[in-house]
Amino acid sequence: MRKPSRPRPAAGVSVRQAVPLGLVLLALCGCRREAREVRLDPPVAAALAGVAAMPNGIGGRPPEVYFVLGKPYRGNAYQLSEGKRLYAWFGCPECHRDGEGSGRGPSLLDGWWNHGPGIETIYLSIRDGRPGGMPPYRTRLTHEQLWQLAGYVQVLGAYSASAAAPGRSDQVQSRPAENRAPARFAPLEP
Amino acid sequence: MTGGWQSALAPGGSSADAILRLFWPTVALLGLIWLAVLLVLAAALLRRARPEAPRRAGAVVGAATAGTVLVVIGLTLASYLVTRPISAAADAPLIVQLRGLQWWWQATYPEEGEASGFVTANELHLPLGRPVRLELSAEDVIHSFWVPNLAGKQDMIPGRDNALTFTPTVPGVYRAQCAEFCGLQHARMALLVVVEPPEEFARWRAVQAAPATAEALAAEGRQVFERQPCGACHTVRGTGAAGRTGPDLTHLASRGTLAAGLLPMTRGALAAWIADPQTLKPGNNMPLVPLSADELQALTAWLASLR
Repeated sequence: MRKPSRPRPAAGVSVRQAVPLGLVLLALCGCRREAREVRLDPPVAAALAGVAAMPNGIGGRPPEVYFVLGKPYRGNAYQLSEGKRLYAWFGCPECHRDGEGSGRGPSLLDGWWNHGPGIETIYLSIRDGRPGGMPPYRTRLTHEQLWQLAGYVQVLGAYSASAAAPGRSDQVQSRPAENRAPARFAPLEP
Repeated sequence: MTGGWQSALAPGGSSADAILRLFWPTVALLGLIWLAVLLVLAAALLRRARPEAPRRAGAVVGAATAGTVLVVIGLTLASYLVTRPISAAADAPLIVQLRGLQWWWQATYPEEGEASGFVTANELHLPLGRPVRLELSAEDVIHSFWVPNLAGKQDMIPGRDNALTFTPTVPGVYRAQCAEFCGLQHARMALLVVVEPPEEFARWRAVQAAPATAEALAAEGRQVFERQPCGACHTVRGTGAAGRTGPDLTHLASRGTLAAGLLPMTRGALAAWIADPQTLKPGNNMPLVPLSADELQALTAWLASLR
């Protein structure tokens, strides 16, 4: 004789299963895609120009609005992708290659910064140029673009891995990915 | 001038013409077959059931199979014969290099005989009755060239050059559209193709090859253009602006539309576009360059004078 089994609901999902399932679905509604800020309000964009620089152009403090925006130029994949596009568009590879540098421009990959690793210093280097051949780009790029490029260059030579990465290159990679683990002086240690 | 109705059923070129000649017989034949199938089906449903009658399906199924094979072979042959001349090379074609970028088109007319070469954007002019060979390439992602009234589609693939040859036969303005999803602003990537008599084409070509001339009122606008970052991406031949990554603006105002078919080419539309490109076409690569009202006024006066 068969043991009487517990009655099962016809629809296949019991209340006890439906509640956690519903909670999971509700939680999924909270997921948000990373925001792509394609248009900064003009006053915000203008405020981005207000870097407090030390007299020698090395070191300083980014404008307050940079922190209010949540430092997007370092951690937002869209902003990094824009920086990567500008890096190629505005001739950076002419001297810095894919980041490894050449006789004309220093490497950006080795973790060694001639003027310090701060993003405001990199911004100042691009905006005002540096002695030794780095040209100023202040008349070529908007301030937002300067920040995008500075963020990308900082991530290129960062000391630590990053969760945000720009799009992959279409060409064969000549160097590690931008969001790789720590930079090294030599690509491979013996 | 925004281009007419995009339709492959109103051909204005050799290749679209050939396709249409194949299209109507195919539709007629397949329509007839569809009707016949429906009639047989209706007959089968309405007929009174006669269980005692012997089943003689063999001959009918055999005939239907043979008919299907014949029709498929016939259509394949017709398709082969009609489309073969489409890809054939033509004698002395006009060569135009068309490059797809996110999200606009760059057209290069190479030097030919006495006519010198030049680069323009978002508008093609073609002479009536002369074969044209479009050499298609892409800069960043895959795009696809498609003017339903003339020819296409043909993909534009980074690192692989395709070509498309056809002869425009009816003068007019035709709208082309990128036909391969290429990112945020794929829908706003249009191209105008102007087919005009050879003498008008020659005139257009001579004007396009000349450098920009600045009128007195617009001279100030030219200074704004050169002082601001505009020239880092755009070329205007005859000025210091020689950027390669944005559209060539030497004869901007001679084109029918602005920003790859987004807006009509008027001075007001130019001002709106420069003042806020990211609201009109979000995600495109033109940055919002802050300008004063006077600068914008002068700049649009100059750009609108670039005919």
